[in-house]
Amino acid sequence: MTLTVLYFAWLRERIGLPRETVETSAATVAGLVAELSAREDRYALAFSDLKAVRVALDQDLSDFDAPLDGVREVAFFPPMTGG
Amino acid sequence: MAVRVQAQAFDYGAECAAFAAGARGAGAVVTFAGLVRDNAGALTGMEIEHYPGMTERALAAIESEAVTRWSLEAALIIHRHGPLAPGDMIMMVATAARHRAEAFAAAEFLMDYLKSRAPFWKKEFTADRADWVAARDEDEDALKRW
Repeated sequence: MTLTVLYFAWLRERIGLPRETVETSAATVAGLVAELSAREDRYALAFSDLKAVRVALDQDLSDFDAPLDGVREVAFFPPMTGG
Repeated sequence: MAVRVQAQAFDYGAECAAFAAGARGAGAVVTFAGLVRDNAGALTGMEIEHYPGMTERALAAIESEAVTRWSLEAALIIHRHGPLAPGDMIMMVATAARHRAEAFAAAEFLMDYLKSRAPFWKKEFTADRADWVAARDEDEDALKRW
């Protein structure tokens, strides 16, 4: 499946890009994170502490156990600081 | 009901006046504005990043929840992104209800949810460094009261 993967704030800075297209067969968000982390150190570093990372699937907050079936857009970012 | 996500500044006084004028049926209007705080006098600026698309969706959902729970006559959220200077207005919320208790509660609810459920990230700049603002546990805990 082809996913658009977005990164925001310090995840964007550490990984070095705001978005990319990823071809994956991962079943869950956690599987996708494992695939990305295995690619290069910058991914492994960005995803080294998942307690500090949030995920949205098709622009709705989700979690790392969530299935990717039918998902088009995955976003990773730190806890939000609005207001 | 309105949500606006924008880079440009807004006129708080004019927004509040227009909101109150349009809040037919309300007996109470509460407005709140958040500013760029310069804690130690060293802040040179702030940059707010957001997630276009999800931001608008999240804000609309939060606003809709507030309108339903407190039977609001009207609600408004304006949130800026991009570069800001110390003292600049970052965002505002306004709520209009029949009575003040509902208007105050709904405004606090909007603020609590905006802090940790709307995809904005603040970066603070001083003369020699730039730091992402860390989310505070208290902000996450604040959601539990609703």
